[in-house]
Amino acid sequence: MRFLFKTDYEDDIKLFPHSGYVVSYGILIALLLVAPYLLSSYLMSQLVFVCIYATVGVALLILTGFTGQASLGHAAFLAIGAYTAAYLQKYNVPFPVYFLAAGVLTGIIGAMVGFPALRLTGIYLVIATISFALIVEEILARWESVTHGNEGMRVKTLSLLGVTVPRDSPTFYYLCLAVLVLTIVGTLNLLRSPTGRAFVAIRDSETAARSMGINVALYKVKSFAISAAITGFAGVLFAHKLSFISPEMFTLQLSIEFIIVILIGGTFSLHGAVLGAIFIVMIDPFLTYLKDDMPGIIAGIAATFGASSATAGNIQSKVAAFASLNGLKGAIYGIIIVLFVLFEPLGLYGRWLKIKLFFQLFPLYKRATFKRQKIYVKSERNR
Amino acid sequence: MLDFVQQLVSGVALGCVYGLIALGFVLVYKATEVVNFAQGDLMMLGGFFAFTFIGMMGLNYWIGFAGAVAAMALFGMLAERVVVRPILGYPQFSIIMATIGLGYFLRSIAGMIWGTDDLKIETPFSQGVLRIGALVLAYDKLSVIAATMILCALLYLFFNKTTLGTAMRASSENMLAAYYMGIPVKRVVSIVWAISAAVATCAGVLLAPITFIHSNVGLVLGLKAFPAAVLGGFGSIPGAVVGGVLIGVIESMAGFYLPEGWKDVAPYIVLLTVLLLKPEGLFGLHVRKKV
Repeated sequence: MRFLFKTDYEDDIKLFPHSGYVVSYGILIALLLVAPYLLSSYLMSQLVFVCIYATVGVALLILTGFTGQASLGHAAFLAIGAYTAAYLQKYNVPFPVYFLAAGVLTGIIGAMVGFPALRLTGIYLVIATISFALIVEEILARWESVTHGNEGMRVKTLSLLGVTVPRDSPTFYYLCLAVLVLTIVGTLNLLRSPTGRAFVAIRDSETAARSMGINVALYKVKSFAISAAITGFAGVLFAHKLSFISPEMFTLQLSIEFIIVILIGGTFSLHGAVLGAIFIVMIDPFLTYLKDDMPGIIAGIAATFGASSATAGNIQSKVAAFASLNGLKGAIYGIIIVLFVLFEPLGLYGRWLKIKLFFQLFPLYKRATFKRQKIYVKSERNR
Repeated sequence: MLDFVQQLVSGVALGCVYGLIALGFVLVYKATEVVNFAQGDLMMLGGFFAFTFIGMMGLNYWIGFAGAVAAMALFGMLAERVVVRPILGYPQFSIIMATIGLGYFLRSIAGMIWGTDDLKIETPFSQGVLRIGALVLAYDKLSVIAATMILCALLYLFFNKTTLGTAMRASSENMLAAYYMGIPVKRVVSIVWAISAAVATCAGVLLAPITFIHSNVGLVLGLKAFPAAVLGGFGSIPGAVVGGVLIGVIESMAGFYLPEGWKDVAPYIVLLTVLLLKPEGLFGLHVRKKV
């Protein structure tokens, strides 16, 4: 077991508290850099989506995880970023310019959403952000001179400094990875700055933050703007990855998926965004695998336990019929969300920490370390 | 002018459905401070139960209706026991996510069991219209309006005049204090979920002749019921119905008088405006913040 001995504040806010961090993250980065040479093109494509979802997850964590402002409207910010890129691209604006423009525009719109959100907390904020997302969705469908309405927009292949970067090339993957890594490093730095500390203070108690002299309104708007801007950057990559965007891609469903990303990953650490993104993106291939291979495997297991070939065939067809049921994905989503909220409220990263602590403390680990406190006393209305 | 009245009546009927769903939100919120994002899906499930009893088993409409309400009340209790009770006392965000998950689950299960087609329930009000001069009013819409008014009045009296209603209001203010006063908080929460599922079922069955029942109806209408609940102030029973009616009328007027596209966003624009100007809603209590 390692004991970190801190002698001053600088020690407390170091990006890499000890050399183990440098080694493990170095290995991770190296693996991610050689990934295009090891993985199949399908997995590479999924990995790009992991990067994009994780970027949005980090953005959402800044707002929801660290400032405590829940948002179910991030699909709208993603859409604004994606459409800005697609629109500017028509006028041959170079990539770096429209990439920045998308982020800045989304950030400004995020700040504009943040202002009305100042007066709202809890459920009202969730409803307000849902409304904002639904209005944006409708505008995208109706403002045909810019967005081409429901026909959608084609996004041209990305060209960076005169070199075309196809959406399934390793270069595009490196670009997405770079954006993700820069976002994470930037966010880590933000969170250990006074701004980040103010965010966390607002999350923990708005009244206490205000009495400590924090301008709550200013920081909430900042949090909205930063979160929206990062989502806008991700939107540009999202548009290029899909090469075609239309309003029905940016529905409430997508916003909920983003929330699921941080919920499953864990809302208290940036690791959560990445783990959750891996989970959400990989659930599709996993379901396809279930659909294709599971019936055969289960029938095989049944056969080894002495079932006759007729019964095994019967089981196989039944499982296949179940696996190809229409709403299975939705049902699995629903069950996963409920199970995580009930049994793993700290998410995948929380589970990782628990396992780590279990081995560090080996016979002395106790469950109560991670127990959250229930509050039955105060009504949120009076808070 | 005739057009206007016609639009007004259909808006009010639609609004009453929103109001009924919003009533479910408000009931659960009033008693437990939980916002149930699966309320619309409970309504959808209630509609499907009624369809099973009436359309598939061939029961009498009223018996089937009562059966569906009873079955859904039990289902509401089950959902509360399994999903909500373990996380009472945790931040609202967890509970919101849990009910969103429950909604996902119910939608896909309903799609698996009853298919994805639009289903229709034969009701005594399906046919026939009431003519007042040149004005033509369909019975199915009038039945929705009448039922909403009756339910709203009953629930209002229940909450304000009965012991159980008082117990519910008390446990919403402060669960711990209510428990010390001898209120069985767990049972109260369970009952409130049963009532709200029953109200949702009424909405689903009454709605069946107007919009039909399909597995996504709950999501679509549930999202429209939020503006209704917020407009009325999230904790007020008459407010929910008034809010619902206002949203319904605004939507149907926007659909008639404004260009295409406004119909769907008008309720949300109203919602955002209300949240900006008067976040406590039309009927909400204004509470001072305590430190």
